[in-house]
Order: sequence, then C-alpha cells, then structure tokens
Amino acid sequence: MSLLKLENLSVTFGQFRAVDQISYTVNEGEVLGIVGESGSGKSVSSLSLMGLIDYPGKVSADELSFMEQDLLSMPETQRRKITGSDIAMIFQDPMTSLNPCYTVGYQIIEALKTHQGGTKKELKTRAIELLNLVGIPAPESRLSAYPHQLSGGMSQRVMIAIAIGCNPKLLIADEPTTALDVTIQAQIIDLLIDLQKQKQMGLVLITHDLALVAEVAHRVIVMYAGQIVESGPASEVFSTPKHPYTQALLASLPESAAGKARLEALPGVVPGQYDRPKGCLLSPRCPYATDHCRNVVPDNQGPLERQVKCHTPLDTMGRPAA
Amino acid sequence: MFQFIFRRLSLVIPTFIGITLLTFTLIRLIPGDPIEVMAGERGVSAERHAELSAQLGFDQPLYVQYFNYVSGVLQGDLGNSLVTKEPVLSEFLTLFPATIELAFCAAMFAIFIGLPAGIIAAVKRGTLFDHSVMTFSLTGYSMPIFWWALLLMLIFSVNLGWTPVSGRIDVVYWIDDVTGFMLIDSILSGEVGALSSAISHLILPSIVLGTIPMAVIARMTRSSMLEVLSEDYIRTARAKGIAPWRVIIIHALRNALIPVITVIGLQVGILLSGAILTETVFAWPGIGKWLIESIGRRDYPVVQGGILIVASIIIVVNLLVDVAYGIVNPRIRHSR
Repeated sequence: MSLLKLENLSVTFGQFRAVDQISYTVNEGEVLGIVGESGSGKSVSSLSLMGLIDYPGKVSADELSFMEQDLLSMPETQRRKITGSDIAMIFQDPMTSLNPCYTVGYQIIEALKTHQGGTKKELKTRAIELLNLVGIPAPESRLSAYPHQLSGGMSQRVMIAIAIGCNPKLLIADEPTTALDVTIQAQIIDLLIDLQKQKQMGLVLITHDLALVAEVAHRVIVMYAGQIVESGPASEVFSTPKHPYTQALLASLPESAAGKARLEALPGVVPGQYDRPKGCLLSPRCPYATDHCRNVVPDNQGPLERQVKCHTPLDTMGRPAA
Repeated sequence: MFQFIFRRLSLVIPTFIGITLLTFTLIRLIPGDPIEVMAGERGVSAERHAELSAQLGFDQPLYVQYFNYVSGVLQGDLGNSLVTKEPVLSEFLTLFPATIELAFCAAMFAIFIGLPAGIIAAVKRGTLFDHSVMTFSLTGYSMPIFWWALLLMLIFSVNLGWTPVSGRIDVVYWIDDVTGFMLIDSILSGEVGALSSAISHLILPSIVLGTIPMAVIARMTRSSMLEVLSEDYIRTARAKGIAPWRVIIIHALRNALIPVITVIGLQVGILLSGAILTETVFAWPGIGKWLIESIGRRDYPVVQGGILIVASIIIVVNLLVDVAYGIVNPRIRHSR
C-alpha cells in the first residue's frame, strides 16, 4: 500500500513555481532518494508535505494523501495530529534546529506529550529510551543539557530522537548530514537506515550525495528546477541514466573524473523566475538540446516505475535517441 | 552568578567617581550661584555675599569643596538642601514614592500594550494591524512629550472632563502619608472615593510617560519576533505538530524576549530617574520636578545628590537586567 501519494503537487511563491507539478509515491518501508542541485525544489516540496509552507507560498495538488487521507482538505487541527507523529521530519542544520532556550529533554518530551500524552515519569522514561535508541551516551544526564552544549552530530541525534518519538510511518530527512563532519555523516546515515529497517518506516532521503542514494535508496527521484526529470529504481537510474541531467550529475562526481585534470561540470545554473526557458527547462544547459527541445515542453515518458521527462531520452550507451 | 554580580558592582566605582565629578563641575559652570538666586532681583551686597559664601563654604577652593562633598557621600551624607535646609536624602525619599508610582504605572502601560502589540504585529506581518502598530509606535516615539501631555489634557480633562488635570489626588481628601504611594495610602485612609480619585489622577500621566517606552518596546518586540520566527528551531517546533500559539509563545517569544528585556530595563531606568517633562506638566510631586526646580535654584547639594541617587538606580536596574538575561538565556547562564 502506498503510504504517501502526490499527484501534480505545485508550490508557488507569487509567479514563481518552486515546485512544478510533481507526482510520486512512497510505500511502507521504502527508502526514496530525492536528488538534485540547490534550488531544484527538493526542500520546498518536502516542507509542503509537512504543511510548513508559509504565506506567500501556495501549495496546490490534484492529490496529496497520506494513508488514504487527503492532507490538503483536512482541517488544520487534524493535520497537526499527523504532522510530527505519523509524518516526521529532520532538517539540514542540527545546530540551529533545536531551540536554544530549552533543554533537550523538554524538546523531546514536548513532541511526545503533544501526540501521545502520559505522566511526567512515563514521558521521561520514554525520552531516555529514545536517546538510548539514537546512540547518545549517558542519556539520563543529557536530558537536562541545553542545545549549545551538544556537538552537531549529537544535536542531529536529538533531532532524530524527536522525529521518531511518536513512531512515524514516514520520516523525511532533508539533507540530514550536509552540515556535519564526514565521519559523523556516516554514523548518522547508518543510524537512520537502522531505525528505518527496525521500525519499517517509509524514508524520504533528500540529499546531494549521489553515492549515498545509490547505496541506501530503493527508488530515486531526480529533480531539476522544481520538476521531476527522472525517476526509477536507484540501481537502474544510476547505471543507465535516461535523462541528460542525471547523466551530467553522475559525470560531475569526482570519482567519474579519475585521471582527468578537471571535474566534469554542467555549465550554467538552474533557471529562476525570470529566465525560464520556453521548452524543456534544461535546454539551455543540455549538450543534446535541439530546436524542438528549446520550444516544446517535454512530457513524461516510459512506464510509471521508470519515467523520464525528455524528448530524446538517452539509450543504454548514454547517447540521445535519434 | 554571585561572582558575576560582584564583578559588575566593582565596575560601578569609576562610574560613581565620574558622576560626582561631572555633576559637581557642571552645576558650578551655570552662571549665578545659590546666594544670588535666593536674593532674587533685589540683589545682594558684596560684603553680605562674601559672608554667606563663607557660611556655606563656597569661599574654599573647588578641590576642597569637592573633597568635602565626596567624603560626605562616602559617609552616607548627601548634604542639606540650601533652600529648605532639609537633608537631600530625606527629601528624595519623601518624593521618590510618587515617581515610583508613576513610573510603575507607565511601565505597566508600556509593557502590557507594547509587548502584545509587537508580538501580534510580527505574527501578522504585512497586515493592516501590523502597519497600524508600526505607524502608531513611530508617531508615539516622535511625539514631543510636553505637547502630547497638553493634547491629552485638553481632550480628556478639559473637553470631556473624564480625568483631573494635575496633581496626585483631589484636594477634598486628606490622605496620611504612610507609604508615600498614593494608591496604597488612599486605601489605608479608608476614605470613600479616595482610591478612584488617586487612580484617575494617575491615568493621563502614566499614558504620557509610557508612550515612548511603549513605542520602543512594540518596535523592538516586533523586529525581534520576526527574526526569531524565521529561525530553524521554529520550523522544528512546527514540524512537531504543536499548536501555533504554543510555537509563538513558548518557542518564539522566549528567544525574542532577550533583546526586549534590555530595552525594557533601559526604559524602566529612565522612567525611575524621574520623568522631568511629564512630572512638570502634570504637577506631579516626584524626582524629576524636584531636580528641575533645584537646578533653577542652584541648589548644589540637591542636584549633586539627586543625580547620584538616580544614577545608582539606573545602575541597579541594569544589573537586574543582566541577571534577568541569565534566567531567560541558558547560553549566558552556563558561560559563567
């Protein structure tokens, strides 16, 4: 059964479409990787799932449902019962994501109390269990620590503890390791994947790290300028990319440039509000772009489980179809 | 914490030396001396002037006079008023409750209106409410106090007759001076209507005196709240699915209060040190009015002593603000 279903979800800020008609599903116990460069709408789309898009941002969708419940039409209070309990999220910068004025214990217990309730003692025991679960040593004493007394890795563990506190069915991790040291990154990812397997959560992993996605994700979505340009099983998308953008992303990995003097790079930047191309959004940067690409918006091609938004998808040899 | 307070207090010593020096010299730089002022337009003969000068000790060199003054202060003696012959300290203590009463009501007015207005303006930024709060507070901040006082007096006291024009209580009541606070004394007196008379005398001066602090607090709260509301931890709090009011009051306000407390502390210090214009316009028998009059009379001991006490109050209030800081902000508490 699909846990989360999006159908043509858009997020607009005035005239600007930060997320442009994206559709995907997340199944129970599935790890979905979302990759793309900065400004491609990864974070905004996930914030919209949590109902965290503020005025003037507007969220619209043909369907946005979680466990068969329509998130967009339900009243605020009902949606808040899902947010933070059934769907939880962790963020990019753990050092600023915890409130500096309250203790770690207070912040963990607050979420538990809101959604599950219980006596003071029960909540405290549960908070200690959670800190134990996310691998924080001496959890009893950590409860009374303030965020400024924790390192970045510890803070992210606390964030994870808060997020998994109410046993969410879906966890959204928005670049959870970007702000951390490389050694800590691996620990945090291991922890996330462990918890995901243990609790059979759906996990949406948003990241720049293609190698990580290739390793842990079941399926992957590649986003560009607010659109999904390619999606499919992680192994297939990375071994035989069909979209020139995915190909360029993979080519830009340092590993692909072994022995070369310079790293491969896709020239140009993601189009903004005022320089949106008429046809395919990648056409100004795409090495294979034709006049057709520059003038006509491409449709999604291929079967539902392996889609690509390109007029001339690449073949297995990485060349555009005629 | 005690170490911190102690360290702060030790910094106060040079401040006090500076204040005594400054008031001592500045008041003597104003043309005219107390004897001439007391003599008035008739003037005084040179011999009599010299005689009185010697009596009051003004014939001695300035450094001797300063030394005598400071050694008096160190023994807790601020000197006597040249005009009333009363000790400066006891004069101050009789008048101070009136100032505290007014300052307290003005501060309450400023905080209870300014703080919520700033919070709501920040939460509903860009709306009509936000724009009106900002316009009103800018107007309030730029309003000349004496004019604002006269305007309110004209509308509410003269035209509408809702409030009295000046003073602390109607002349028909005779209130024994027990605590010096009219609100408390009027209750203690047991006279019918005394309390409501005292309250109605307080309304306009409190509003006038509280207007600028209110404007400052509202603007500071708004900008501080706006900054905090865009912080990552607010997003975290909302992602927990807690109610919006809880996000604003528990998560945002506590952080936003840190700079606001500084502002409130500074404003309260200013209020306590005597609202010179407000007290003068409303004939409020407080410290501000007392100091202004003593400057006019060249009453050296009162000016020196009064300013020294007022400065001490401001220093103490600032110290309290620093302590309050530590209570609100754990990062400061733990760094010591």
